[in-house]
Amino acid sequence: MLEIRFHGRGGQGTVVASKALAFAVAREGRFVQTFPEYGVERRGAPVVAFTRIDDVPIYIRSKIYEPDHLVVLEPTLIGAIDVTEGLKPGGWIIINSDKKAAEFGQFAGFKVATFDATSVALKYRLGSSAAPIVNTAILGALSKITGFVGIDAVREAVREIAPVKKDENVKAAEEAYEKAEAEQEQS
Amino acid sequence: MQKVIMGNHALSWGALLSRAEVIAAYPITPQTEVVELLSNMCADGDLDAQFIKVESEHSAMAASMGASAAGARTFTATSAQGLALMHEVLHWATGARLPIVMGNINRAMAPPWTIWTEQTDSISERDTGWLQIYTSSIQEILDSVIQAYKVAEQVYLPVMVVLDSFVLSHTNENCDIPDQSKVDAYLPKFENAYKLDVNKPAAYGGLTGPDWYYELRYKIQKDTERSLDLFVETGKEFGEMFGREYGLVETYKLDDADTVLVSSASIASTARPVIDAMREEGHKVGLIRVRVFRPFPSDLMRKLLEGRKKVLVVDRNISFGMSGAFYEETKAALYNVKNSPPMWGYIAGLGGRDVPTNVVRDMIEQTMKEDHPSGDIIWIGVKK
Amino acid sequence: MSDEIKWKKESDMPLMAMSMGRMTVNKTGSWRNLRPVIEKEKCIKCGICWKFCPDVSIRLDEEDYPVVDLEFCKGCGICAVECPKDAITMIKEE
Repeated sequence: MLEIRFHGRGGQGTVVASKALAFAVAREGRFVQTFPEYGVERRGAPVVAFTRIDDVPIYIRSKIYEPDHLVVLEPTLIGAIDVTEGLKPGGWIIINSDKKAAEFGQFAGFKVATFDATSVALKYRLGSSAAPIVNTAILGALSKITGFVGIDAVREAVREIAPVKKDENVKAAEEAYEKAEAEQEQS
Repeated sequence: MQKVIMGNHALSWGALLSRAEVIAAYPITPQTEVVELLSNMCADGDLDAQFIKVESEHSAMAASMGASAAGARTFTATSAQGLALMHEVLHWATGARLPIVMGNINRAMAPPWTIWTEQTDSISERDTGWLQIYTSSIQEILDSVIQAYKVAEQVYLPVMVVLDSFVLSHTNENCDIPDQSKVDAYLPKFENAYKLDVNKPAAYGGLTGPDWYYELRYKIQKDTERSLDLFVETGKEFGEMFGREYGLVETYKLDDADTVLVSSASIASTARPVIDAMREEGHKVGLIRVRVFRPFPSDLMRKLLEGRKKVLVVDRNISFGMSGAFYEETKAALYNVKNSPPMWGYIAGLGGRDVPTNVVRDMIEQTMKEDHPSGDIIWIGVKK
Repeated sequence: MSDEIKWKKESDMPLMAMSMGRMTVNKTGSWRNLRPVIEKEKCIKCGICWKFCPDVSIRLDEEDYPVVDLEFCKGCGICAVECPKDAITMIKEE
């Protein structure tokens, strides 16, 4: 079983990112379970969401305490909270950032990958310029970097889940998939 | 059709596939998405139903009762304080023998304000005569709504389909959405033999003295008992048609188990991988997930538990001054049995406190260590 | 549905309290101490007594004059109180 934790801020599409990944994986015929950590939702507040992936039905229904991998939609959360809490050694940390992976030296022992999803979201006018919605772009990047899910399934899942601007969201995911580097420098 | 959907939407899909004709509901966290999707389904013409907007849960149930009395297949959903506000009319729905199906999202009762899961809201309604199904997966939620109508309409009793707040209501997972034609074959159109009919005027629910009220209660009890067999029959038939069979309880690795964990809903689901892990270590542990709580499957529980070495019951609810409800009822069922096993009653996960695998394991291990339970109620993880 | 409760045991009954006898079998006229008497000459056929009778025991004849059904009238006197022309008098039953 793969357990992935998403970190973002309210309004960025963090919960939808975790769902879109699940939708995509399910399209490939695997079992998924995805849920947010429910608190009192506010725009800008830190948000956590979880996705489980397995080849067999998933029965465990608790939160994920020791994720295999992380997706960080908002780089300013790093430092503000301990995003790596419980993260298993060697797990991926995929960060939405215009910096290089090597610049995140504090994540020794994990595999760090970065992708500037914000630029892609802005290019396709997803969300507002003050609060771009980066989830579909980061998902395209995740597909390329980790290979957890194929880009075809991502494309279909994004089309299914995006409430508006379906074409733009699909393009954002595709562009992220093309531009993201599968092999990044490990810290 | 395979889809990834949330637990709340599984209720909506269940109502759609059951061809609900009237929906009367009032929104409350964490139930809102149920009625949101149903109102969309009605607006888009996918569901040919009357959607009645009401000003409270009491009115939601009152409107549902009117619709059901008129012969319409009726659906509603609520949670916690909303369910409590319905309390008076819940009794009425049973006494009037109205086969309404309602989704209830288990949310802890306030105060203090809370939105997280606990079963005390629906457990508080256990004596209203509503049949209660406690679900443990998104698929089971959808399937249970369809099965609920099939049982309700044969015994003329209302059914509550219960699911955990957030842990099920807001969790998305794989779900097979059955074909409408197959559901129609399983659940044909309902002809209510007692419906309001202007051509056959009659008075309903009028003042009834001690000479006949008693008999009416007796009839409710008899039909409630009859529903035990119906849950099994309709669950088998469901399995034949859709490939997913449902019963009164679900057992797991029970056959040779010395120590048996009894629980319900999401805690019983999380317990499965724990049982797997402990079995691998050579412990003879097994699991019973109670699915139908009302009527309580006492006979079956006696059969499954008689002669076991130890039984532990984990409750995510509390009847203050006594213990957890599943524990109480399991214990009561086993009282007049020769080889009644010692029974441990644990309270866990109130107010949405997470119950991960290690906590489930702790409870099983504590039970295995002790010869006899130290008391009637064991709290797990209280910060002391 | 019959007008009277005919069942002898629980299995004879419908599932819920449904038409468990109608009020037409309950001849409440026998409860009466006072009887309303209508003076036709004073009556203006306003229908107020017909409207107010709590036991639906007043009907209107072909000319719209009120007629009391003494099989059911309990003699409550509401019609006499409400009549705007004092056309109804309550007299003692013998």
